[in-house]
Amino acid sequence: MSVRIEDLVRRAPGNHDRILLDQVTVDIPDGAFVALVGPSGAGKTTLLRAIAGLDPFDTGRIVIDDRNTNDLSARERNVGFVFQNYALFRHMTVAKNISFGLDVLPGSQRPAKSEIDRRVKELLDLIQLPDLGSSYPQRLSGGQRQRVALARALATRPKHLLLDEPFGALDPVVRRTVRQWLRSLHDQLGLTTILVTHDQEEALDVADRLVVMQDGRIVQDDGAEALENRPATPFVMEFLGETLSFPGRITGGMFLPELPHVAPFPVAGIADGPAAALIRPHEIRLTPEAGGAPVQRAGSRYGLSKLAVDLGDRIVDILVPASEAVPASGVKLHIAAARLFRDDRLLEPTHEARVAAA
Amino acid sequence: MSALTRWSLVGATWLIILIVLILPPLLVLSEALRDGLLTALQTLADPDALSAIQLTVEMTILSVAINTVFGVLAAWTISKYRFPFRGVLVALIEIPISVSPVVAGLVWLLLFGSQGWWGAALDRYNIHIAFASPGILLATLFVTFPYVARTVLPLMEQQGRDAEDAAMLLGASFWQILWRVTLPDARWALLSGVLLTTARAMGEFGAVSVVSGHIPGMTETMPLHIETLYNGYQSVAAFTMAALLALMAMLTVGFRAMFENRARRMAKAGGMEA
Amino acid sequence: MRLMAEAIFSSLRRKSDPLPGFRLALFSTLLWIGLIVVLPITALVVRPWQEGLGAMTAALHDGRMFAALEVSFLTAFLAALINVPIGLLLTWTLVRVKLPGRRIVDALIDLPFAIPTAVTGITLATLYGPQGWLGKPLAHLGITVAYSTAGIVVALIFVGLPFIVRSVEPVLRDLPPELEEAAGLLGATSWQTVRRVVLPTMLPATVTGFGLAFARGIGEYGSVIFIAGNQPFRTEIAPLLVVVRLQEFDYAGATSIAFVLLAASSLCLAGVALLRRRVARGLITGID
Repeated sequence: MSVRIEDLVRRAPGNHDRILLDQVTVDIPDGAFVALVGPSGAGKTTLLRAIAGLDPFDTGRIVIDDRNTNDLSARERNVGFVFQNYALFRHMTVAKNISFGLDVLPGSQRPAKSEIDRRVKELLDLIQLPDLGSSYPQRLSGGQRQRVALARALATRPKHLLLDEPFGALDPVVRRTVRQWLRSLHDQLGLTTILVTHDQEEALDVADRLVVMQDGRIVQDDGAEALENRPATPFVMEFLGETLSFPGRITGGMFLPELPHVAPFPVAGIADGPAAALIRPHEIRLTPEAGGAPVQRAGSRYGLSKLAVDLGDRIVDILVPASEAVPASGVKLHIAAARLFRDDRLLEPTHEARVAAA
Repeated sequence: MSALTRWSLVGATWLIILIVLILPPLLVLSEALRDGLLTALQTLADPDALSAIQLTVEMTILSVAINTVFGVLAAWTISKYRFPFRGVLVALIEIPISVSPVVAGLVWLLLFGSQGWWGAALDRYNIHIAFASPGILLATLFVTFPYVARTVLPLMEQQGRDAEDAAMLLGASFWQILWRVTLPDARWALLSGVLLTTARAMGEFGAVSVVSGHIPGMTETMPLHIETLYNGYQSVAAFTMAALLALMAMLTVGFRAMFENRARRMAKAGGMEA
Repeated sequence: MRLMAEAIFSSLRRKSDPLPGFRLALFSTLLWIGLIVVLPITALVVRPWQEGLGAMTAALHDGRMFAALEVSFLTAFLAALINVPIGLLLTWTLVRVKLPGRRIVDALIDLPFAIPTAVTGITLATLYGPQGWLGKPLAHLGITVAYSTAGIVVALIFVGLPFIVRSVEPVLRDLPPELEEAAGLLGATSWQTVRRVVLPTMLPATVTGFGLAFARGIGEYGSVIFIAGNQPFRTEIAPLLVVVRLQEFDYAGATSIAFVLLAASSLCLAGVALLRRRVARGLITGID
């Protein structure tokens, strides 16, 4: 029940120089929960719609369950799809919406009426809306509509579930609940789920794996931990969370920051040259330094103190434990936890250096 | 604005409404009932009158049915698929609105009249289109051609394609999508278009007049029969038929206004909740 | 045309759209439009040239045709022009004055759309005829309406009125009353307010309504012929002359008049469409 995408290319209709999908290759094994993330215009929805068979592509292929879908119409793929705006049928009751996929089956394959009713009831229970079968979609809240859309997609028992920005229209509290519920549903039904979102936190929360896209290309395809520790490009790092960047040089195994009041740190096995050190605000350590960078409290977040450090040409916000005292005389910044980039690629220590460090 | 100006403007408005919009329908009724209701109703029992009513009903039903089916398909095609020159198709659909009714009849004579492209050839096989009911049907089809497509198209455009895509992914076929998803959602607009087509079809005069040949009892529709009666100085009969036809048309248009209000309210309610 | 056919057929061949039914739907749409609209209109456009130049030249020397076209254009123009102040007044009262029975008036405005033209024709002819409710008093004043050019104009006013009202109404409804109040507060007299603020804003919509009423007026047949008198060179409208020529089996003559009518109304509507697009794009704001 896997989904394999090989070298998918799609050019914009009407403007063939604009590439919407650029040699996209992804392998999604059975039972995986994968999130396609990236800024708007990155091609996530285009890719998802191509997998469902809603949008065409120019070259490459999509293989679902070892069947090449190029010869398979959208109707024959049996994937469940949840649209961003849910696309519920307005003139049908919730029950009729859910049973649609069964009602349109050809007579020979269609289950008996009682069987369909039972399935609808089962799904209404599953989405925790047992009493809303006879309501019309207009009467439901956003979260309820979303769950109905899911139930409708699941009625024909697809093995694959595709979701396009499923939480976009929900308020933050509902979002979190629906998210957890969706994850448990995925595990319970043994689905292979692909979800599109522009919200990286949501993706990190719910998916096993994130496929980060930018300008129609896949920039990185990894688990949450790998993405955090070894982001392929500065874009991935910045996309996944608040990031501070310190330009500098690597010389003789040391990273030398350009800015004052930032401590150099040793790096092993990386060739000399310019580099940028990117770091999360909470990973920076401070030490008092007379005549160092002036620092000021600037509020708090997640129980951490937010400090505004004046580095001369800019002010950076960093997070430290609330218990930590704020040195009045000034501070020095320690950024040894940073990831290093050169020419927009992650700099990784050579194999020998890593062995030596171990 | 002074009260005087205001009320003289309101007075002028009512005068215009009286002269332009109220007197004509009153006159129709008064002329029809000049010799009493019974006499008026008796004129409708005339065989030629009955045949005119029957022909009008037949032509209306046929042209409404045909234009509804194809109008819906055209609106669906233009709104749900992406292909080049969709704008040209929309422009072509609108042509009949601007064409003089007389021209709308003439074009069919150019094709099927005795001097038309195919008229003589078809005559040899004993197929008569001009000066017979097929010609009347074609003229009515042309005149009422745009209305269903034009009322349904904007709504279908506005609905987008997500519902259709969802239905397709759930395994629905073309007819199932059209019949179960698209049309029920567009039903008020469709009804409005059908009623407008109906009103236009039964009232069409110029186009039908040109192609029909005016054979009483054979190719005379209600509007044509009104002309014959009026020119034959049978005023009561003419105005009785006119009253009947106007009543049918006004009822149709009235229904339409009612449904349109309802559709607008529904759209508003849907828009607020969406 | 060829280019269009090729483009459409190439998209037919490409299996690009997953939504089923594309071929069937497009095919039936093209069939329907082709048979009912394109085919007859093509006949109208091609036919005049088929008879050879002789027939065309003969048609161009037909004084009666030019007279009829002149009557049609002139009366349609006059009626549309007279409909502008009448329509603006009706719209204004409908939208701004809390007129008693406003809903009834609103429904009545569409009456000319709803009543079949033949009914309109005999009704107006009787109403304004020598013995009619309005014709008789007018005759005493020495005014003849029926069977004269004035009769044609009256019929076209009736037919064209809804076009003006329904074009202007949405614009006036969207025009905030505050605009008029603000002008009043700035010291403008009510006439100045109307002339400088309200009318310019409604100009594009008014021109649209005028264009639609004019286009309809040129081709109008049923509501006019009963009241017109139909004397050649004087009160004979162009659509009627088409019918006369057909009865004379003069297809060339009928077709050339029809051709002019079609071209005129198409040009008129194209102009209206262009104006609307420019207004929509904000090129014409109306207020200057």
